[in-house]
Amino acid sequence: MSLKFENRPSLVAYLTCGDPDLRTTREVALAAISAGAEIIELGVPFSDPVADGPVIQRASERALKNGVCLDEVLGIAAEIRNESTAGLIVFSYLNPILRMGVEKFAAQAADAGADGALVIDLPVEEAGEYRRHMRNRNLATVFLAAPTSPDERLKHIAEASTGFVYAVSRTGVTGARQELPEDAEKLVHRLRRFTKLPIAVGFGISAPEQFAAVGAFAEAAVVGSAIVRTIETNPGTEAKAVAEFIKQLIGRHPLRRSASQGVVGR
Amino acid sequence: MATASITKKRAAKNTKVSHPSRPLKGGKATLKLVPSPGRFGPWGGRYVPETLMAALEELEREYERAKKDPRFKARLSELLKNFAGRPTPLFFARRLSEKLGGPKIYLKREDLLHTGAHKINNCIGQALLVERMGKHRVVAETGAGQHGVATATVCALLGFECVVYMGTEDMRRQELNVFRMRLLGAEVRGVDSGSRTLKDAINEAMRDWVTNVRTTHYLLGSVLGAHPYPTMVRDFHKVIGREARAQILKAEGKLPTTVIACVGGGSNAIGVFYEFIRDKKVKLVGVEAGGRSEKLGDHAARFRGGSPGVLQGTYSYVLQDEAGQIAFTHSVSAGLDYPSIGPEHAWLADSGRAEYVAASDAEALDACKLLAQTEGITPALESAHAVAELIKRAPSMKKSEVVIVNISGRGDKDIGILRENLKLG
Repeated sequence: MSLKFENRPSLVAYLTCGDPDLRTTREVALAAISAGAEIIELGVPFSDPVADGPVIQRASERALKNGVCLDEVLGIAAEIRNESTAGLIVFSYLNPILRMGVEKFAAQAADAGADGALVIDLPVEEAGEYRRHMRNRNLATVFLAAPTSPDERLKHIAEASTGFVYAVSRTGVTGARQELPEDAEKLVHRLRRFTKLPIAVGFGISAPEQFAAVGAFAEAAVVGSAIVRTIETNPGTEAKAVAEFIKQLIGRHPLRRSASQGVVGR
Repeated sequence: MATASITKKRAAKNTKVSHPSRPLKGGKATLKLVPSPGRFGPWGGRYVPETLMAALEELEREYERAKKDPRFKARLSELLKNFAGRPTPLFFARRLSEKLGGPKIYLKREDLLHTGAHKINNCIGQALLVERMGKHRVVAETGAGQHGVATATVCALLGFECVVYMGTEDMRRQELNVFRMRLLGAEVRGVDSGSRTLKDAINEAMRDWVTNVRTTHYLLGSVLGAHPYPTMVRDFHKVIGREARAQILKAEGKLPTTVIACVGGGSNAIGVFYEFIRDKKVKLVGVEAGGRSEKLGDHAARFRGGSPGVLQGTYSYVLQDEAGQIAFTHSVSAGLDYPSIGPEHAWLADSGRAEYVAASDAEALDACKLLAQTEGITPALESAHAVAELIKRAPSMKKSEVVIVNISGRGDKDIGILRENLKLG
């Protein structure tokens, strides 16, 4: 149970938990792991997801209708952990965590077997108490770095992050885009000056070419909206559809070999 | 193992129903915080995705520089005077005072400002900052439409592209203002998510801002959001209280006993309160939207049913459920229909410096009619909440006392709602 990046790029797969229901989330997560995802981001549905585009907004609404909140997400984390050693990151807005209590959240996330968390509207300046409680429980604190972050902020973000750093590929909300902007590569290079941690690039990645392109400059690619949309458009066969999508996404590109086979070293 | 213990905890959660009405010190939902310029006691702060942090830092720097720049101050004063129409009168409401049989009542006439509400004070200030930052596109949210109209107005004045986000429920309630914004050259984008009101308009404006942050300024319309907004927006509205304080001293030779204002996000209230905070004997009363009942979802009275939380960038009292999901709200007045409150009001409430009460939809509608028929002034439904509180407390006050009520906006925009709800003649 730890955050490992065996392939290049590794796939970090985001799921909105409870969309369409918790049982499906568990099945999809396990299918995604079998298909090659190394880390699962377990999205906590929130009523006001300001950083999300329409696809994840809709998923959050569906999940909230099912009564799925932070408690339930930690429950599903524990169930996935029982069956897999893949990395598990809780991906949440701050308020549900605040409502539970930061210390209790860290304790329960650790009990559930999660490896860490990313709190999307908690910038490093405000994160002192959160980081302390997470550290006490041996949980990773992943922070976002943005193309708009000046170097001094990147330094602070790199220092506060454990596990990996999440580089936001562009200014904007989550959701699939046609191209990978130049912003992403520039940001990753700027970040490298401050950290030796693996870097995952996310926001807008949905196609095999984009996924492969990220591998040229970052350890991992995060895919969210494209997976959530696959779930949305394949009612009844979500797990199978997501597994196929992932295989296609990571399947044929030549750099992708297991690091343990010695083809791609870091 | 882990699963079992979590299931047990989940079951336990379901038995809890009460909402704490005050922060639980050292318990859940409190944060240990370092004092900083963006904090009012524990409240406030800056809780946004990283992409926006640099823009907030830039805005803070630019605002700090502008505050000290005589040219900025001169231009702001000039526009407030000759474009917006400041100073606004402080009007002695003789017939209303007689009718209620208590104190002398004065009305601060922000409704007489250009565009019909206090909102223009802040819009002019922020628009001048946009110019300084070299940005050319402005996004804003609006509830009642007053802030949207004021934003569209300053954008027309200074030549900025303007996009206003508005919940479709509010667009229906405030049709006239939607047309006014379009007439002023703004694009009005309807927001169909959530409760289709102010909160959802803010979400969508934030999504636009996070996408176009390099060229776009978010002209937030209340003392909400991440630092520096609550401080900056307050500063642009302080002029209300500064004028009122001087005007009442001139008219009565003494300070008022009580100052009353309605509180949605809280910009007109903090504007009229601020210069009186140091005058410890002056009672400050904020009036929230009591809506149609005390049930969660039926009102927007954060101090009655709210608890500490983070919404849209700031830590304050929030109407939410046990799992931290933001509750729906209701008010007859779109401008008060919001689940959180400006963090400085949270601090004024905690410290006891200001008192917060609620007026119901029905009370506000009645107050609107009373003011129209005794003084010939039709207040906005938002401001009518302040008048409703005045009606409740005036009869028990002494004749020697003096009250100032902030009439934050005019009621023209609400004529449709008033017509639906009031039986006349």
